[in-house]
Amino acid sequence: MSKSAIQEPTVNLELALDHGLTEEEYEMILSRLGRTPTFTELGVYSVMWSEHCSYKNSIIELKKLPSEGENLLVGAGEENAGLVDLGDGLGCAFKIESHNHPSAIEPYQGAATGVGGIHRDIFTMGARPVASLNSLRFGSMENPKVRYLLDGVVRGIGDYGNSFGVPVIAGEVVFDESYEGNPLVNAMSIGLVKEGETASAIAEGIGNPVLIVGASTGRDGIHGATFASEEISEESEAKRPSVQVGDPFTEKLLLEASLEVLKTGAVIGMQDMGAAGIACSSSEMTAKGGQGMRVDLDKVPAREDGMTAYELLLSESQERMLIVAEKGREQEIIDVYEKWDLHAVVIGEVVEGDKVTYWKEGEVKAEIPAEHLVLGGGAPQYVRETKKPAYLDEVQNFDANSIEHSDDHTEITKKLLSSPNIASKKWVHEQYDTMVRTNTVTGPGASDSGVIRIKGTKKGLVAKTDCNGRYVYLNPRKGGQIAVAESARNVVCSGAKPMAITNCLNFGNPYKPEVYWTFKEALGGMGDACRALNTPVTGGNVSFYNENPNGAIFPSPIIGMLGVIEDVEKHRTTPAFKNEGDIVLYIGADRKGLGGSEYLKAVHGLTTGDAPEIDLDFEVKLQEALLTAIKLGLVNAAHDLSDGGLATSLAEMAIFGRKGAELSVETLKGSTHEILYSEAQSGVVITIPAPELQTVKHHFDEAGVPLYELGVVKGDTLSIKDLVSINVTEADEIYESVLPKAMAG
Amino acid sequence: MATFGVLVFPGSNCDHDAYHALKHVMNSEVKFLWHKDTDLSGIDFLIVPGGFSYGDYLRSGAIARFSPVMQEVVRFAEKGGPVMGICNGFQILLEAGLIPGAMMHNEKLQFVCKNVYIRTESTDSIYTSGLEKGQILDIPVSHGEGNYFIEQDGLKSLQDNDQILFRYCNEQGELTEEANFNGSVDHIAGIVNKQRNVLGMMPHPERAMEKLLGSEDGKPIFESILNSLSVA
Repeated sequence: MSKSAIQEPTVNLELALDHGLTEEEYEMILSRLGRTPTFTELGVYSVMWSEHCSYKNSIIELKKLPSEGENLLVGAGEENAGLVDLGDGLGCAFKIESHNHPSAIEPYQGAATGVGGIHRDIFTMGARPVASLNSLRFGSMENPKVRYLLDGVVRGIGDYGNSFGVPVIAGEVVFDESYEGNPLVNAMSIGLVKEGETASAIAEGIGNPVLIVGASTGRDGIHGATFASEEISEESEAKRPSVQVGDPFTEKLLLEASLEVLKTGAVIGMQDMGAAGIACSSSEMTAKGGQGMRVDLDKVPAREDGMTAYELLLSESQERMLIVAEKGREQEIIDVYEKWDLHAVVIGEVVEGDKVTYWKEGEVKAEIPAEHLVLGGGAPQYVRETKKPAYLDEVQNFDANSIEHSDDHTEITKKLLSSPNIASKKWVHEQYDTMVRTNTVTGPGASDSGVIRIKGTKKGLVAKTDCNGRYVYLNPRKGGQIAVAESARNVVCSGAKPMAITNCLNFGNPYKPEVYWTFKEALGGMGDACRALNTPVTGGNVSFYNENPNGAIFPSPIIGMLGVIEDVEKHRTTPAFKNEGDIVLYIGADRKGLGGSEYLKAVHGLTTGDAPEIDLDFEVKLQEALLTAIKLGLVNAAHDLSDGGLATSLAEMAIFGRKGAELSVETLKGSTHEILYSEAQSGVVITIPAPELQTVKHHFDEAGVPLYELGVVKGDTLSIKDLVSINVTEADEIYESVLPKAMAG
Repeated sequence: MATFGVLVFPGSNCDHDAYHALKHVMNSEVKFLWHKDTDLSGIDFLIVPGGFSYGDYLRSGAIARFSPVMQEVVRFAEKGGPVMGICNGFQILLEAGLIPGAMMHNEKLQFVCKNVYIRTESTDSIYTSGLEKGQILDIPVSHGEGNYFIEQDGLKSLQDNDQILFRYCNEQGELTEEANFNGSVDHIAGIVNKQRNVLGMMPHPERAMEKLLGSEDGKPIFESILNSLSVA
């Protein structure tokens, strides 16, 4: 059927299996089409029905998450990213996405294109990216391969984002053997858009032209989406060509041109090209519009000669978008892109019917009803088998009294500060431009979450990525609840009201019943917490098949929380001790249980116990009372208790503020080890001006939140009576030296 | 009232920051100048902003110097017009030959973004006339190629002619090795040409204009500029 010199392979079941489709799925294609697909069609089906594009093994569960809220302008899955109403005529688009598999094989380009892809999702909606975050997980720092991956990923994120000109405002870096060989690289982008200037990813209006804009199309990244939908193995190295190559300069031009072109009013719809390139963008836009589309692949600007229809459709060359324009106004669009030295070429039009038709050299190479291909439409949807993992009972029955605990709490606190999970990540974030666009009020590092001001308003945007995979491993439901609750608490500690979340669900192979049980449970937990905290899910990304030869990674549903500060000048709060004489208070739940703690891991080498306690009703109470206290101007510093527990949080507040404190924890309930190191949820340390003590006590008492006086900010030593005494300069040196030393060696 | 012009190259990303600092913090007149523009009439002061002009492929600033607007910038500077290059702007001015020297990759071969201290070395310029000699400023840097280099004779000439305006120092104003984080010759953070009308500096004073964002130490530089423009 093809005139091209290269013989196309014969389409049969074997070839379909080679494409990653199952026998059942191949049968579905045959019956839906009523014929054998062409080679090109098989390629298109295989990427569109890959896990990465179709969410076939997750969509049914994802739909159970709460996705409604008064402030949502666009619901989950409706567009490329969620959109939250900020008031003042502004909307905020935000989303997080994974680039794990590419980064495992080619860390620099894998991470760089992850950043590029997520920003495109934001500006394709008409929003200008104003901040980015990331969430990174690696194996043990002892492993030289891990250090190589960390270095490459950080350079990739830095080089792309720095050139593109969007500041990194927060993030997290976690090390655990569980991520050995399968690092997690999740990138989040936040954009602002004026009301009425948003764009939709839709193709409609018979006769309207379809344009491809941005970079030309090459052979890079073909089947990237399929690659992302299988486990990493020794053969993965051979998939290095599936990793795309990023060009932040072109992306910057594409951003400026695309925002400018939207202002012409000639754009009907716009969709970025990420996974599965032209095939995905054209079929998704077409399915959304409910009409058909004809694409002439000969017109696509190609980077190399002789590309086949198959290659042109599946190429994942970066920095490209598909635009549907108003008929007769295509020249306005071309002019804008030309101003920015970019291609804008008409490659097709919206037609009657319901099919996407791809032509090359005068022949139809593929003709498929768009609805067959897309997520939420005809793409397969599965409910997978589940089975509770056997290890859970064993770990949850762990008795902390069964191990020997040292009573040298100064040593233990130092040990915790030198754990790579707690130690300063300056080595990482100083490689990112954290201030470009001059909005960054609180950057990465010395705070619970990142804060930017919104020019022209009094408001601030606050964001944080968070998850403790260890908790989810030990108790998937509680772990899911905690991921959401803790990210919300982080945002509240900065003075903001939590608004909504995006999520990146990193799990193992969904065909393993234990993995799928964990996935369902963790999602259930996230849903519980989102409902309690009134933070709906606006969308995100699922990344399955995160496994290495030793098994699945810790289940890691990364939460990207968005919050809004009403008055950023007045309400913005940070953890640093501020003034000598300020009173230090602990507010929140009892410090109970050592399960899943960094203490057990860093000091005893154990990942065991039940995940920390959380009571969602109490969590809500605590967050509301704290936010009110901050808004009343009663709070000088606030810091969430998380990895490492109370001792670590106090040490961080001292280090950030370069001030000591004289404290006692005698009034807190529980064993000394639990008081200092438990990671029980719903706890915050605050400092307040001494004259406000009675008011503050009364406030939290009224709210039903227990409060304990710990002492005062004072001198240059952090001292916890009879337990801990560390000079702040020494603590700072320990905290700051871990990563630079490891990375230098 | 003086009018500032902020150059926009494809890949500039601190153009809006410079615009915001001048327009909304200093309440000045500012215009963007597209890299294809060749008309600088009505402009009293030029800013070549930071970013990654043309992606900084090949070498930082190496392509930007050939853009149409840069030919006009050179003419403007040669006639004594004030030109301030910040970060990538500094690199472009070096490539264009308006300031002597060259830029290398940071000594540790890593991009660095953080607040640093710089010491005012000369107040004899329109950029520093409002500062005290020795005044320490807390200003952000954000670059991968800020390791300033000039051969020995050139350095002596810079020193002899009092062309070094800013040096990297620590919080106390001492020129420690650690403070010179990018490895620049003689701790150089900013220099002027011999005629003293063209400034190149790696730190970003336009990022240090508002207390909310951490530092206001960039303001005295722009106040000096505005004072000298109103006098002229």
